[in-house]
Amino acid sequence: METPSLDTFYRALERLPKRIRNMVYDPEVLGKVDLISRENLGELGYDPFGYNPDILKKILPVVLFLYRVYFRTQVFDIDRVPDKRVVLVANHAGQIPIDGFIVAASMFIDAPKPRVVRSMIEKWVPTLPFVSWFMARAGQVVGTPENFIRLLNNNETILDFPEGVRGISKTFPNRYRLVEFGQGFMRLALATKATIVPVAVIGSEEQVISLHNSRTMAKLFGAPSFPITPFFPGLGPLGFMPLPVKFRLYFGKPMEFKGDPDEDDEKIQMKVKRVRSTLQGLIQRGLNERKHIFW
Amino acid sequence: MAGDPNGAVVITGISGRLGRMVASLAHRDYPVIGIDRRRFVDPPKDIEVHNLDIRRKRVERIFRRQPIRAVIHMAIIHDPRMNREEHHSFNVMGTKKILSYVTRFKIPKLVVLSSANVYGPRPENTQFLTEESPLMAAGRFGDIGDLVLVDLAANTFFWEHPDVETVVLRPTHIVGPVHNAPSNYLRLKRIPTIMGFDPMVQVIHAEDVVRALLMALKPGVRGVFNITGPDPVALSGLIKALGKPRLPLPAPLFVEGLRMLWRFRMTSFPPPELDYIRYVCTIDGSRARDEMGYKARYRLKDIIEFFKKEQANQ
Repeated sequence: METPSLDTFYRALERLPKRIRNMVYDPEVLGKVDLISRENLGELGYDPFGYNPDILKKILPVVLFLYRVYFRTQVFDIDRVPDKRVVLVANHAGQIPIDGFIVAASMFIDAPKPRVVRSMIEKWVPTLPFVSWFMARAGQVVGTPENFIRLLNNNETILDFPEGVRGISKTFPNRYRLVEFGQGFMRLALATKATIVPVAVIGSEEQVISLHNSRTMAKLFGAPSFPITPFFPGLGPLGFMPLPVKFRLYFGKPMEFKGDPDEDDEKIQMKVKRVRSTLQGLIQRGLNERKHIFW
Repeated sequence: MAGDPNGAVVITGISGRLGRMVASLAHRDYPVIGIDRRRFVDPPKDIEVHNLDIRRKRVERIFRRQPIRAVIHMAIIHDPRMNREEHHSFNVMGTKKILSYVTRFKIPKLVVLSSANVYGPRPENTQFLTEESPLMAAGRFGDIGDLVLVDLAANTFFWEHPDVETVVLRPTHIVGPVHNAPSNYLRLKRIPTIMGFDPMVQVIHAEDVVRALLMALKPGVRGVFNITGPDPVALSGLIKALGKPRLPLPAPLFVEGLRMLWRFRMTSFPPPELDYIRYVCTIDGSRARDEMGYKARYRLKDIIEFFKKEQANQ
């Protein structure tokens, strides 16, 4: 879909300083699209989940702009991610699911071997115009258990946010405090014998400062949460613009789990807790190493 | 007269385009009896067509008179223009009648043509709905509710009558030489879409559906099957391949505009069903492949060629 907004974006890019243009039009990264296997693609170039490498090529400059220029993403230990079926588990925050997009982009742009990560996005994302289209073409998938299993059985890499909606709608004072994890990811990882790699996302939790989660407004818009920010309603929809925080991604050591995926909640919970405390540790490391939110 | 594995095949709804396609293939192998309230123009000589509403009592006589090996039930209409009560009665009561004849005359095989539309397009849908997925379409649109009821009635029948081989087929959007909503949509000169939405869609050529229906007649085949055509494709990709311009409209404008046209009877596309071009309702066809040996013959390329040729001939 050639949207007029995309053309405007490209025209705006032309005016940027050369240094930034080179970051955004990086032939090396654009070339990586061709390194990704095309065997799952259907007749007209779409994979069954709606990913399309040719369209990805077109939107990559937008991705690179957000990844390198706006959020200035920095990755640590990305080479720890093994080359097999993997579930990346990350903290979720920021009101708008940008964290999923950034982690997925990192595995494409900065990983030793580029891959398309499927992040398990919320069920209401497909109701958002343009966002739904953009996400699907870049390989993002609605987080149902069936999709999860189908992708892992194809040896793909999945990104999951076990905090779910409760995580993304966290208010500002609770930033970087993990809320309870769901158990689904652990059961599905056990069922598919997938490796878990925790990823701490530093930055996302400050991108939109939510002072209060308005249930009334959420209900009105059919969204799971609705943040009131220092700039909303004052600045209108601009009040939800994510701030240009710096993103830092810390990849943890791969974790292997064995066991029956249908075990009692308590036993699964113990495994989930191990992942959760590892992730909290990674987050802590990230916060300690960081000197400033914006650089 | 009782059911008989060497008897005739009864096809309800035979006069529709799909029905005629089934009949013209089936009559080479079996005696065919058709029932439809619409006229069948120029049927092949060996096909006996009864111009009857399936709810009529006289239908019973057709079943009583001769040995029957199977019923293909296709007299299920989805016409949102129809009076709601009549729509409901024709689909639900009609199906109930047919089911009762199948048990009463001990017919060994029943094939019901349902549709993947019964799953309903929803943002939270999993990408590939299996046969076990709940039928959620009824919640949104009244008319499709009738189709869900028909599908469920066939399912219940499957469990209650293990002696009958019941097959329920749920094909995706049928396109090709038929005049249903998806085909007519693809025939538009400029194809309107909802701005900012571009779901993955599946289409299937009508002839593949016909083949699946005939394969379902094979002894031993039973159960619910999703029937898929070629690879899924993004709606915009399909339209582009057809060589047609797209007309993206903002959702509120599209819905309101369509509602207005609907009110003035200028469109036959019901406004709530716009969700089929907004959200995914794609299905997993692996069961039909593994258990029935069904595989679509028409590729996207063939379907696109069909529409291009059809347009050139006009």
